[in-house]
Amino acid sequence: MTKEKKREKKRDAQIQDLLIRLSPLEREILPFLELRNAMKISSQSQQSLTSVKRALQFLSSKNLVILHLKKKKVVKLDDNGVIYLQNHLPERRLLDIVVRNKPMSFQEAQKQSNLSKDEFTISLGVLKKKALINIAIGKITFKGIREQASKMMLEEKFLKALPIDLEKLTAEQKLSLQNLKLRKQIIKIDEVTTLTFDITDLGTTVLQSLSKIKKLDLIEELTPEIIKKSSWRGKKFRKYDINSKAPDIHGGKRHFTNQAIDYARRIWLDLGFQEMTGPFTQTAFWNFDALFTAQDHPVREMQDTFYIKDKEGKLPDKKIVKEVKKAHEQGTQDSKGWQYQWQEKEAKKIILRTHTTCLSAKTLAKLKDKKINKQGKFFALGKCFRNETVDWSHGFEFNQTEGIVIDKNANFCHLLGYLKEFYSKMGFKTIRFAPAYFPYTEPSVEISTWNEKKKVWLELGGAGIFRPEVVIPLLGEFIPVLAWGPGFDRAIMDYYHIKDLRELYQNNITKLRKIKFWLK
Amino acid sequence: MAIVKFSKKEFEKHIRLTKQIEEKISMFGTPLESISKDEVIIEVFPNRPDLLSLEGYIRSFLAFLGKKPGLKQYILNKPLKNYEVRIHKSVSDVRPYTVCAIIKDLKFDDEKIKEVVDIQEKIHNTLGRNRKKIAIGIYPLEKITLPIRYEARKPQDINFMPLEATKEMTGIEILQKHPAGREYAYLLQGKKKFPIFIDADNEILSMPPIINSHKTGKITTQTKDIFIECSGFNLDILKKTLNILITMFADMQGTIYQMKLFYNKKNPEITPNLQPEKIKININNINKLLGLNIQEPEFKKLIEKMGYDYKNQNVLVPSWRTDILHEVDIAEDIAIAYGYENFKPEIPKISTIGQENRKEILKRNISQILAGMNMLEVSTHHLLTKQDLKKANQRSKIEVEKSKTDYNFLRQTLFPSIMKVLGDNIDSEYPQHIFEIGKVFQINDKGKEETGIKESEHLIIAYGPSNFTEIKQILEYFEKMLNLKFNIEETAKQGFIDGRTAKILINKKEVGILGEIHPTFLKNFHIKMPISILEINLEKIFDLL
Repeated sequence: MTKEKKREKKRDAQIQDLLIRLSPLEREILPFLELRNAMKISSQSQQSLTSVKRALQFLSSKNLVILHLKKKKVVKLDDNGVIYLQNHLPERRLLDIVVRNKPMSFQEAQKQSNLSKDEFTISLGVLKKKALINIAIGKITFKGIREQASKMMLEEKFLKALPIDLEKLTAEQKLSLQNLKLRKQIIKIDEVTTLTFDITDLGTTVLQSLSKIKKLDLIEELTPEIIKKSSWRGKKFRKYDINSKAPDIHGGKRHFTNQAIDYARRIWLDLGFQEMTGPFTQTAFWNFDALFTAQDHPVREMQDTFYIKDKEGKLPDKKIVKEVKKAHEQGTQDSKGWQYQWQEKEAKKIILRTHTTCLSAKTLAKLKDKKINKQGKFFALGKCFRNETVDWSHGFEFNQTEGIVIDKNANFCHLLGYLKEFYSKMGFKTIRFAPAYFPYTEPSVEISTWNEKKKVWLELGGAGIFRPEVVIPLLGEFIPVLAWGPGFDRAIMDYYHIKDLRELYQNNITKLRKIKFWLK
Repeated sequence: MAIVKFSKKEFEKHIRLTKQIEEKISMFGTPLESISKDEVIIEVFPNRPDLLSLEGYIRSFLAFLGKKPGLKQYILNKPLKNYEVRIHKSVSDVRPYTVCAIIKDLKFDDEKIKEVVDIQEKIHNTLGRNRKKIAIGIYPLEKITLPIRYEARKPQDINFMPLEATKEMTGIEILQKHPAGREYAYLLQGKKKFPIFIDADNEILSMPPIINSHKTGKITTQTKDIFIECSGFNLDILKKTLNILITMFADMQGTIYQMKLFYNKKNPEITPNLQPEKIKININNINKLLGLNIQEPEFKKLIEKMGYDYKNQNVLVPSWRTDILHEVDIAEDIAIAYGYENFKPEIPKISTIGQENRKEILKRNISQILAGMNMLEVSTHHLLTKQDLKKANQRSKIEVEKSKTDYNFLRQTLFPSIMKVLGDNIDSEYPQHIFEIGKVFQINDKGKEETGIKESEHLIIAYGPSNFTEIKQILEYFEKMLNLKFNIEETAKQGFIDGRTAKILINKKEVGILGEIHPTFLKNFHIKMPISILEINLEKIFDLL
């Protein structure tokens, strides 16, 4: 076989392959391709314009045609424009009244012209600008030449002429456009796309085999019928364009924050921690006083904490209250306390919990009654509230991951151990522990993670060992209690590529559908 | 929390900044915020007011770096003639205590004056709780005549020209008209007499905690010697504050003189006093708490790095430290000196059994059922705006005080929250099938809750576009999956269309509602699609599962 024949054969095979890839729609419009115009094809082939356009799109991806998309802007009548075209522009209606009458009051003119307040005000302005009326002592007088008053205004001519291509506007029309654009919904500028195309060489070749195409008997969708009757035998399956875009589908799923929260809870459970839960509303006693936070400490102020209006709560068991009061006023054991007068009233205030550490305090108080073996590992993961303005890194609601380990032998190295393990499982390999301060822990520690992009240490949250002034009143004796309560939301931002914490509560359904799954 | 800016130039006179030093700053317990061309910006925690001044910071940081370890010694000169302050008993009802000192041989330029004003303000705002607990006054000694009296007078009998004023004012006028007076008036509210410092020439120096006199209470570049006082309610904290200030001035090359304070005629109290407090230490306790095994010599070395001295099992605490309440506070300083980066994180090999809260398990499983039905979970705020509630025609009885945002009310049902989500998403592709499990809040004064507020977990499901049949299908599927028996009963409910709304009952008790949302409410939330909703109080079914 000569080289040429080989080439020809290869080409035939290519065309053959192409033919069995043509969808019914493409086959339908192929005979009309010579019309060179989507609109005409549509009317001749009796396919909708959308179908024709789609078919042309398919043909273009098979390289049979080349599409040219042209965008242009067209000035069109908007809702009010349509009405005004029929009932005349407000200024025309006002002018007609003014021309026919003696000087008249605003009220009278508005009434007779039957215009809304807005329309009337605008019309006055327009006519004054056109020097067709005079306004003096609250009366309107016609001032031009009567014959000219009936001549069509520029704007009227313009409305009649619409739609017009933006590019093709005359100077007069441009002026009218400017004037009318400022008014409510008279005209609009739409972007219109026109579609033209050229047939490629390949396309021409394919068109030459139109008769062949007509004879093709391809199997489209495989149906139960075809399977049952074995009618696929001896036929060819039409080849699909596997690259064409499939429509989006959306799956049901949990909110991405909750996916991450579930994972974090799993970590604590795997490490042998018991879950603590509790109300979001708490007395200040559990949120602050039980945690040795002096009653004049700035965090307790209204500008940081949400207090519930006009409500007062109940304090727990008198014994605990007495012990906490003592810790604040004069300290416990060797401590000196804060040396001030502790007020019950302040402790009874109701707040939205500012941290889940109030749950830890309650857990300790519950262990007090256990005579022996006061020990345990507990965690909580839940919402907390702070009276904050909202920005990228703060919100008034946030999640916190809390933990306590109560054990006679617990120490600072263990505290760091639990934290390191947790953060490593959360995906933070490089973390730093640095000194910090919280009123209820000593020593205290701040956990930061190295952010490679920003080249800075980013704070993840705080931890420490509860002070004796916290533990003794609640537990009855000093046993080391390792405690932590870092914010959780910041720890998942990186994973989801979120730069703004507000996205956590935005509930944009489109975004929620697209955001990836928590795969740890 | 205070952000403190030091002049980089001044800082580097003592310590040159390198990458290593920068890291050390944070590991010293003063997180480094940033270093610019002229400034070193650090955060000082509220427990260390002694680090707020450059002098105080450098003193402690040099010790930490091992360059000048141990308790820094200062010379206190005995009171000279007339170095006295007489405290009249009239102050006992209003601001009972003051402690005072005199510093000589200082050099002030504009920058130093600014620094002194700055540290005063910082202490006022932090340790001083906005001047309530501590107010500091500093006066040029050349303008006043010793001895000084501290007494309280009726406000109309107080008359002097305060700083930033142009004429003499009475105590009342200061509180009503002077900017500082107005700001701090509440601190003297209800007091019959106001405290003043007054000199031997009957010239009023100041009216603490409000303002100094223009004539006698303003440091200038001419000032060399100063009189300094701290007034408040707790002698102990005032003494420490004075020590923070006088050691700062001493580090500025000033000479400190003590003063005699006559609270009674006979036994004057001498201030300042830099006597360190002794705390007996059990190194074993500290080792146990920190998980270390350090011996006495190393302990001594470490504690000296934190600016303490150590003698015979006693730690000598600098008299300007306000934060040492207990042995654990010493333990933390040992940990800082040891270096947080040198601790070996470790998980003890003791097995405990994890236990998940039962409600949380059920909530998770319910969410999984719903996700399996192709629903998308949303997560909304527990606080709502007045506007949200109005649109849902609801009123909440639980309001927070002085919210910084419009979110003021705790929600009672999930209905407004989910409607808001639907309203915000009219441009997202339909169908929209969403759900949320979340807390709602109700007043329950007679309940067992110590707050008088009952919190319940609710579930809400919203389908759009959708109708009654569809939402009923969901309820029925849900019922099968949970192995429960729901009954439904036609009802009328605000927000829903009559005849297409039903109560959900279990054992004749109402547990929820389902139905089609009335177009009025759809419009309120700008929703353009028919929506059907199902809301269940999960608290009423948890026990049945």
